[in-house]
Amino acid sequence: MTYTTAIFYFFAAILVFAGLRVITARNPVHAALYLVLAFFTAAGLWMLLEAEFLAITLVLVYVGAVMVLFLFVVMMLDINLEKLREGFWDYLPLAGFVAVLLVIEMALILGSRHFGLEVMGAPASHAADYSNTKELGRVLYTEYVYAFELAAVILLVAIVAAIALTLRRRKDSKYIDPAEQVKVKRNDRLRIVKMQATQRPGAGEGGA
Amino acid sequence: MENVGMDWAAIQTVVWTLIKILALVVPLMLGVAYLTYAERKIIGWMQVRIGPNRVGFQGLLQPIADAVKLLMKEIIIPSGASRGLFILGPILAIAPALAAWAVIPFTDTLVLANINAGLLYVMAITSMGVYGVIIAGWASNSKYAFLGAMRSAAQIVSYEIAMGFALVGVLMAAQSLNLSDIVHGQSGGWWHWYIWPLFPLFVVYLISGVAETNRAPFDVAEGESEIVAGFHVEYSGMAFAVFFLAEYANMILIAALTTLMFLGGWLSPVGFLPDGIVWWLLKTGFVLFLFLWFRATFPRYRYDQIMRLGWKVFIPITLVWIIVVGGMMQTPYGYLFH
Repeated sequence: MTYTTAIFYFFAAILVFAGLRVITARNPVHAALYLVLAFFTAAGLWMLLEAEFLAITLVLVYVGAVMVLFLFVVMMLDINLEKLREGFWDYLPLAGFVAVLLVIEMALILGSRHFGLEVMGAPASHAADYSNTKELGRVLYTEYVYAFELAAVILLVAIVAAIALTLRRRKDSKYIDPAEQVKVKRNDRLRIVKMQATQRPGAGEGGA
Repeated sequence: MENVGMDWAAIQTVVWTLIKILALVVPLMLGVAYLTYAERKIIGWMQVRIGPNRVGFQGLLQPIADAVKLLMKEIIIPSGASRGLFILGPILAIAPALAAWAVIPFTDTLVLANINAGLLYVMAITSMGVYGVIIAGWASNSKYAFLGAMRSAAQIVSYEIAMGFALVGVLMAAQSLNLSDIVHGQSGGWWHWYIWPLFPLFVVYLISGVAETNRAPFDVAEGESEIVAGFHVEYSGMAFAVFFLAEYANMILIAALTTLMFLGGWLSPVGFLPDGIVWWLLKTGFVLFLFLWFRATFPRYRYDQIMRLGWKVFIPITLVWIIVVGGMMQTPYGYLFH
């Protein structure tokens, strides 16, 4: 067993364990954290595949941003586990059917007939200075540029829709306009009054 | 027998790498210790105080005394805390702060790992630092800690976007993700540094860096006047000190990255002086001084203003400037942006 194979099995074991814990952990926050671990380990595996751009982006986007927001929400929820577990036996047949379907699909894909080493050989390994990032960028902006732009526009529509659906202007809360705050000059708020100095009544009598 | 030879080579590499890591982390920790001293002295002077001056000459042994004190203190784990995660919090805070240093070049040759996606690596690793804060805040089972964690999560995710866009500008100018290549792209004197063509991005990056490290005036995650000490209110002794170390290591990291990407790294500002690590240290020291200066000068931001600044000011500025840079590169004046 070579060094990289050993690392692969090490990462794969952690990934499978973390994936299992995501669905078995009783506490939803723990489950979300196991999902973080799963993403991070998967990034390690992608790194072994020489897909360093994808691996780093996986950590950057999913671990660094998506899962943070996910945790943010999960931590704020008041989840009653007993209530969640109530319908377990009712849903079991449906869940079992979906699970069997998933296993069949995976067997079709992972079986050696269509995607075995004979049909799809291992990709040639590249030199250390080969830039995966540059190649991906080139392909994305030349060969697949329409598909790429289309995906971007669809995402933009989703963003706009999500904001439009959740945006509500409340009449009863106070808004502050920073531009107006910055525009304020001294003379708008402050008035300097010139007063004559006066003698305090009673002072000057006892002293002298 | 050949296999045994292979193993020896592998072991040698591992041991050699460990020694290099040690040679990187030990000066970093010393830098952190004396950064706290510099901070107390500088802010002291700015506020017309003396600062620490009791332990050692001019108080120079103060950080050592602090470290010893924190090491001797008891670590209290609250009875309602989630035990495992409570301990994991500080570890997850410091690990990314140290791991990111792996790709930081100090000179042409002095770098632990000169990888070609260095910039991406740094961004990905530093984006994980927020987990330490969130986990600590949640596991403490305390209202104040939890509020601090929530504030920190929202703040870091917001400013990371502006920071990432600022780095896209650097990437466009340098046409490389390798940090050494980015510095090489700025050679030829101080007027070739990326701070000039990318000045708006430099400002956004620096301020976002202050926000990312939870430093004043963006330190609402700690906000001692409203939520006591925020996410680390339940931590004591060394567990607290680890958060402290992580914050300062992150500060030095942001200063080093600013130096590398906008201020020409180890390059000397003028042709007749030789390049060297001295310039790297000077520039990083200057950026760190800015961090301390900010803290002594500005009052803490209100939370909604932080969010407004991140989303409505910084992100549009960076987007516009990326378009400006991209557009200018197509004109005959494109050389100004390289």
